[in-house]
Amino acid sequence: MKARVHVTLKTGVLDPQGKAIEQALAALGFGGVDNVRQGKVIEFSLQESDRAKAQADVEAMCEKLLANTVIENYAIELDA
Amino acid sequence: MKAAVIVFPGSNCDRDVQVALRQSMGREPLMVWHKETDFDPVDLIVLPGGFSYGDYLRCGAMAANSPVMKEVVARADKGVAVLGICNGFQMLTEAGLLPGVLMRNADLKFVCRDVTVRVESSQSLFTHKYEQGQPIRIPVAHHDGNYFTDEAGLQRLEDRGQIAFRYCDAEGAVTAEANPNGSQRNIAGVYNETKTVLGLMPHPERLADPKLGGSDGRGVFDGLVEALA
Repeated sequence: MKARVHVTLKTGVLDPQGKAIEQALAALGFGGVDNVRQGKVIEFSLQESDRAKAQADVEAMCEKLLANTVIENYAIELDA
Repeated sequence: MKAAVIVFPGSNCDRDVQVALRQSMGREPLMVWHKETDFDPVDLIVLPGGFSYGDYLRCGAMAANSPVMKEVVARADKGVAVLGICNGFQMLTEAGLLPGVLMRNADLKFVCRDVTVRVESSQSLFTHKYEQGQPIRIPVAHHDGNYFTDEAGLQRLEDRGQIAFRYCDAEGAVTAEANPNGSQRNIAGVYNETKTVLGLMPHPERLADPKLGGSDGRGVFDGLVEALA
């Protein structure tokens, strides 16, 4: 099973990198772009074939390492 | 006092801390490699600055999960003093020993220069050689020193006196101009609830000898030696 974890900043946490990207887009002539938020995607394969177990495992991974839940949210995608 | 400096792949201030400790202690600190799972009993553990594990994933995240950190956390829980400087501060937040997180600097730039920080309280193992409110000059060198925690967390820090240092001007006034990285409330360093764990972004070990241009940082190490002797 493949897992994809999206890690994004929580609402209310300032994202200076997102701001810089927004300004760069504006400088390139892409107007009307607001609220740019930057995050990261982490992909991996899992040997676990039980979907519920895989979901629980990946959640634990996010809580322990992949995301810092003080400032980040995570979303998990699982593909069979 | 006995001290240990934990050395991670990518640490680059471990020797600076070693020199500062040697100067204040009059003996050698233990240098402990990150793969160790046990080391001699010590009164102080220092997590040095640098770029442990290449700052992969998040600064300090890998180090916080390295083999030696289980032991560091266990000893911190028993009351052993822990000092985290710069990358060491990031590790302490990632390991859950200190609240909050160090985010990318607000202007996105690496900042490397002397700053002035105000000693918020002289009532700790780490700061009793200073006066309360004293501005001291020590350098910062970081890309991710922008201290963040939520409003409730900030209030808790204020109420419990857990803010150790704030960026200030030469007179000790806490101003927006004196803030090098966007940290909330100019926070440069915080304690845990029992004030036995301190994390700070500036480097006291880098200005602990007049030959290096200043010695304002020395009080941290002299103070620890006196308190933990």
